[in-house]
Amino acid sequence: MKAHRSIRRRLFFQLAGVAALLSLAFFLVVRELAEQAAEASQDDILAASATSIADSLNSETDGITLDLPYSALSMLGTINEDRVFYRVAANDKTLTGYDDLPSPRNSPQLGTPVYTTYSYRGEVVRAVSVVRSIGPATDITEIVVTVAQTRSGFVAITQRITATATGIGLGFFLLATALSLLASNSALAPIARIADSVARRGPKELRAVVAETPTEIVPLVVALNSFMARLRASLLQTEDFIAEAAHRVRTPLATVRAQAEVTYRKLNKPEHKKAIREMIGAIDESSRSAGQMLDHAMVTFRADSLTRVDVDLNSLMAEVCDRLRPTADLKDITIRQFPAEAPVLIKGDRILIQAALQNILDNAIKYSFDDGEIAVKIEADTQIRLSVSDLGRGFGDIDLEQLTTRFVRGANVEGIVGSGLGLTIADEVATAHDGRLEIIQNPEGVGACVSIIFPRI
Amino acid sequence: MRFLLIEDNQKLANAIVERLSLDGHAIDHADTLETAENCIKVADYDLILLDIMLPDGDGRNFLKRQRKAEKRTPAIVITARSEVSDRVNLLDIGADDYMTKPFDFSELEARCRAVLRRQGGVADNRKTFENTALDSTEGVLQFDGQVIQLRNRELRLLEVFFNGPRQVFSKTHLIDRMFSLSDEASENAIEVYVARLRKRLEGSGVRIETVRGLGYRMVPV
Repeated sequence: MKAHRSIRRRLFFQLAGVAALLSLAFFLVVRELAEQAAEASQDDILAASATSIADSLNSETDGITLDLPYSALSMLGTINEDRVFYRVAANDKTLTGYDDLPSPRNSPQLGTPVYTTYSYRGEVVRAVSVVRSIGPATDITEIVVTVAQTRSGFVAITQRITATATGIGLGFFLLATALSLLASNSALAPIARIADSVARRGPKELRAVVAETPTEIVPLVVALNSFMARLRASLLQTEDFIAEAAHRVRTPLATVRAQAEVTYRKLNKPEHKKAIREMIGAIDESSRSAGQMLDHAMVTFRADSLTRVDVDLNSLMAEVCDRLRPTADLKDITIRQFPAEAPVLIKGDRILIQAALQNILDNAIKYSFDDGEIAVKIEADTQIRLSVSDLGRGFGDIDLEQLTTRFVRGANVEGIVGSGLGLTIADEVATAHDGRLEIIQNPEGVGACVSIIFPRI
Repeated sequence: MRFLLIEDNQKLANAIVERLSLDGHAIDHADTLETAENCIKVADYDLILLDIMLPDGDGRNFLKRQRKAEKRTPAIVITARSEVSDRVNLLDIGADDYMTKPFDFSELEARCRAVLRRQGGVADNRKTFENTALDSTEGVLQFDGQVIQLRNRELRLLEVFFNGPRQVFSKTHLIDRMFSLSDEASENAIEVYVARLRKRLEGSGVRIETVRGLGYRMVPV
C-alpha cells in the first residue's frame, strides 16, 4: 500500500489556509478602517482649524482683516509634533501665511472643504481649503483659507493600529490553526479507532467490525466487513479441505495399520512378523511426516501473526507432561516435573508453546532407553528456561546447530520414526517469542538437553 | 473393558473391533451418531472412541451433548486432523483425550487406562486369582493387604496371565502383548520382565512358572 496524501494533513492545511486568508482580510480591513478613521479625525481638525480662521476674517472698509485666532493653530498641535502651514489667499494672492503653499487644484465650493494630500517642502502634508465670501454684496471677495499639516501623527497612529491589527490577526491565525489541528484530529479519530480495533485482532478473528462508525466511513467499513466475510469463507473452505484431505488419507492408513496389527498377532513365523513390523514402521513414518509438515505449516502461520496472551508455563508444562505420560509409560519411562516455585507468565501463543514442548518431550521419549527418566524443568531468573533433559542416546556425531534445519535428524536415529521437523518447529516457536532453542548433548553420548529460552519481560 | 466405537469407515471399524477383541475387550460399533445415542441408552460403556467426521453430524456436537448428560462416559477422540489446530478445541469441549490416525493400539490402551484412572476407576476391571487381585486401571497388585504399584510393562504382562490363569503363554505371545510394534524387543527381554514379576509376586499366593520349551504360566503357589 502506498500512503498518499494524508487526509488529516489536507484537512489541517485547508483549515489553516482559510484561517490565514481570514486573518489577512481581517488585518487589511482593520488597517484600512484605522487609516480612514485617523485621516477623518485629522481632516476634521484641519477643517475646524480652517473654518475657525475663515470665521475670523473680517471685511473692513479699508480691506480685509484677519485676527488669526490662537486656537485655530493650537488645536492642530494636539495631534502631535506635526508642523502646520497655512495660507489665506484671495484670488490666488496670498494675504497671509506661506506664499508657496499650493492652492487646491479644484477651487472649493462655498461651505464644502476640499481635502488634498501632497508633498510640501519635502514632507507629505494633508491640506484642507475652505472658501469664504467676504465683503459687501457688491464687492464680494472669495477668500481661500488653506491649512496643511504634516502627517507624522497620522502615520504614528496608523502604525500603532497596524501593529495591533497584525497582533490580533496573528493571534487569530495561531488560534485558528490550533483549532484546525484539533478539529482534523477529532474528525479522524473514528478512523483510528476502527483501524485499531481491526489491528488488535488475532489471526483467526474475522468477525465483522461493529464499532460505532461515522456515516462517511460506513462504505469503507462495509467493504472491509464483506471482504472479511469472504476471507473467512475461503479460510473455512481451505481448513475444511485440509481436514477432509487429511481425513481421506489418514483413515485408510489407520485401517491398514489396524489390520496389520491384527495380522501380526496371527502370524507365527519371525520373518513374516518382521515384514509386518516394517510395514507398520513405514505407515508410521509417512503419517508422522505428513502430520508434522501440516503442523509445521500451522506453526509458521501462527508465528507470523503471533497472538500474545499470558501463558502460565507451569500449568502448560503439567498439561503437556500429562498428555505424553501414556506414551512414556509404554516404555516405562518416568517423566519428572520441576516447575518454577512462583508462577511464570510469559506473553505468547499457548498453542505454539505447547506444540514446541510436546515435540521436544516426544523426542526425549522416543530416544530414551526403556526404564529411563526424563526431567522437564522451568527455571526463571534473568531469563526463562524451559528444558527437557533425558538420558537417551543423544544426537550422535552431528553439528548440533543443524538440528533445527528442516528434515535434518540426529546421526543415530535408525529404527526410530521421525520427520526431522520436531526441533524445527520448536526453534521457530522460540524465535517467534524472541527466544532461542538451546541443544546440548553429553559428550559421552548419553543424554541430551533441549531448552527453550524466553527473555524475561 | 467395554468400548463403544463411533466410526463411519466400515473397514477401519472392523479392524479396530478385531484388534481390540484380541486383547479381550468388548466393542460395540456405531457408524452414525444416531446409532451411538441409541447404544448409550441401552448399554453401559467404560469408554467411547469417537471419530470427529461422521455422516450425520460433527462428533464435537455429540461430545457437547454427552458432557451435559447425567451419566457421562469418558471419550477419546480419534481424529484425522493436525495436532496443532485441533488440540485445544477437542479438550475444551469435553474429550478426555485424543489420538491422531493412524494410531498405535498399545498407546490407545495406555491412554484408555489413563483416562479411566482419572475418572476414578471401573468396578469390574479387577481380576482375581487365588488371594491376589490385579486392578489394571489403577495398575496395582493386591494381596494380603499389600498394594503394589506396577510399572506399565509389568502390568501388561501380568494382565495376560490374569486373563488366562494356568494357561501357558509363549514368549512370542507375551512379547506381542508387552511391547508396542514400534519397539525393538528380543525374546530375552521377556525373561527380564518375568524375573521382575516374580519379585513383585513374592509373598502372594500365585507364582509364574516356566514351562520348558513352551513359555510361562501363572499357577497357585
